[in-house]
Amino acid sequence: MIEVRLFATFREGRDKIIHLPEEGHPDAGSVIDALGIPRGEVAILLVNGQHSKPKTPVKTGDVVALFPPVGGG
Amino acid sequence: MGTSYNGKLLRINLTDKTIKTEEIPYEKAVKYIGGRGLGTKMMYDEGIAKVDPLSPENKLAYMTGPLTGAAVPTGGRYMVITKSPLTGMIACSNSGGIWGGKLKYAGWDGIIVEGKADTPVRIHIEDDKAEILPADDLWGKLAEETDSELKKIYPDASVLSIAPAGETGSLMAAIMNDTDRAAGRSGVGAVMGSKNLKAITVVASTGKVEAADAEALKESNKESLGMIKENGVTSGGLPTYGTAVLVNIVNSVGSLPTRNWQGSYDENAEKISGEAMTEGALSKNSFCHRCPIGCGRVVKMDDQEVGGPEYEVLWAYGSNCGIDDLATVIKANYWCNELGLDAISTPCTIASAMELYQRGYITEEMCEGIPLTWGNKEGVIEWTKRIGYGQTELGKLMAQGSYRLCDHFGHPEFSMSVKKQEMPAYDARGIQGIGLNYATSNRGGCHVRGYTISPEVLGAPEQIDRNATEGKATWVKTFQDLTAVIDSAGLCLFSSFALGAPQYADLLNGATGTSYDAAGVLEVGERIYNLERLFNKEAGMKPEDDKLPKRLLAEPIVDGPSKGSVNHLDVTLPQYYEVRGWENAFPKPETLQRLGLTN
Repeated sequence: MIEVRLFATFREGRDKIIHLPEEGHPDAGSVIDALGIPRGEVAILLVNGQHSKPKTPVKTGDVVALFPPVGGG
Repeated sequence: MGTSYNGKLLRINLTDKTIKTEEIPYEKAVKYIGGRGLGTKMMYDEGIAKVDPLSPENKLAYMTGPLTGAAVPTGGRYMVITKSPLTGMIACSNSGGIWGGKLKYAGWDGIIVEGKADTPVRIHIEDDKAEILPADDLWGKLAEETDSELKKIYPDASVLSIAPAGETGSLMAAIMNDTDRAAGRSGVGAVMGSKNLKAITVVASTGKVEAADAEALKESNKESLGMIKENGVTSGGLPTYGTAVLVNIVNSVGSLPTRNWQGSYDENAEKISGEAMTEGALSKNSFCHRCPIGCGRVVKMDDQEVGGPEYEVLWAYGSNCGIDDLATVIKANYWCNELGLDAISTPCTIASAMELYQRGYITEEMCEGIPLTWGNKEGVIEWTKRIGYGQTELGKLMAQGSYRLCDHFGHPEFSMSVKKQEMPAYDARGIQGIGLNYATSNRGGCHVRGYTISPEVLGAPEQIDRNATEGKATWVKTFQDLTAVIDSAGLCLFSSFALGAPQYADLLNGATGTSYDAAGVLEVGERIYNLERLFNKEAGMKPEDDKLPKRLLAEPIVDGPSKGSVNHLDVTLPQYYEVRGWENAFPKPETLQRLGLTN
């Protein structure tokens, strides 16, 4: 399974952590689509803690983290 | 032609009790914008770089910028410029609330306080009148009580004050205003305390700032406000979660230091995150004057509502002290505000003491009943009080900051500081640019001199590779110069998530009558940054002070997604000096010539 961690407003109406099967989710973009989040709303996409792109391949055991636009100091 | 400058400076000498009004020439003001830049120029020219920071010869400049109080987004900041007793170099601490706006509305661009009173005093300003009054009855009072006592006398005043930490001379003492806003860093509160100055109250009968071109300023304001409203960070992330939203992000990339930077990933970060605070403790947002963002938090603490912790504090009292309890961090933050302590340096100093205790250099006996064990929830509150009140031998040592504490025990390497000021909440081993910024920050360990976290982690204005060294020198220089502009204008750095140099140039042009373009305004920022460096040179800074703690350079991260990383300052620092036009950490003559800093 792929572990998806959602943060900030992406948690509204969704669980904090969601597990998706590897089958049907070959890359980070397909994971985002499966959650019904418009890709344009994802400001930070991490795969295993590394900044990634929607085309980044994902597999069982990977952790995908998604954040909307956020900032601070 | 009217401008947003008042053109007036209030000079108060506490030794001979004189109060003078001085003119600030327009040409001098615009050359350094105002605030941080103009304050640094005045302090540099008046020679405080060479004085003992806690002697009567040091001075405090409380400065507004040309956009402080103006009808522009986030136009509510003021700055305190002095020689820092913590770093021995330039201090410029910045705060929101409404005090800065009130000072501007009262008709002043700034105040310079010099000398030292024999006994505790306070200053009261009511429009163009100022007086020095006794403050023996206020000495020893906490920040909120000081505020409420003074408001009984002046109900319409905004109050700036020190609290016990400034009075007892902690080198981490802050200057507080409007109860829980702080000019927090570099020990500016200790300088105020050394002068026996408890508070400055300001009452203003107007609420208006003039503009050189009111129509142009109105247009620029409209454009900037629209950009802030449309930006996902300034209209979504910051208002909803505050700066605390960063806890989970920074932890997710493996750059949230734990236990005094011995680790860099916190399994329990979720418990002290912005999401957890919004869900479990948030009462409402709080807004500084003229701010459309509202990142401030009001949170529940037992049966009270208090100012909530920022990201830095959640990390510093949380992960960095081995604590995963939000209520503890909220209480510790409350005590920092009440005692007037820097809520970054104080918990970082406690964390360094915990490492000294872990390694046996601090003994149980020295702890006098409150062991410095990781995760000691009651302990961090009690040590904060001991530091703020200057209690116990160890508490007095800790009040001098982590560098002096660790050096006392023969191990300065456990102080996670740059130029003796504690670094904030981003592990620079996995984020190369922020490490270069820490090392070259004129006020020591600090993230808000050049916040490259924005492109390196948050993807704004574009995502760059946080692990790469290439190009970071230019990013750091640009962010440092732009920040100097924002600070000097009197705006909040958070506006820069939505705005850029063109908008800042337009706002300044409308307010002050200048005709900057983006490049022109950035050059003023560069001038200010170089002037600060000249101050530091005169204060005795050496090239080797532009460095990072050994742990960041030679001890790879042991856990989390950034495992194995170190900072490559040896690569980025020479590149940075090259793009700055510096040699051995200081500006070359031709750089000073280009920036108009030769006399």
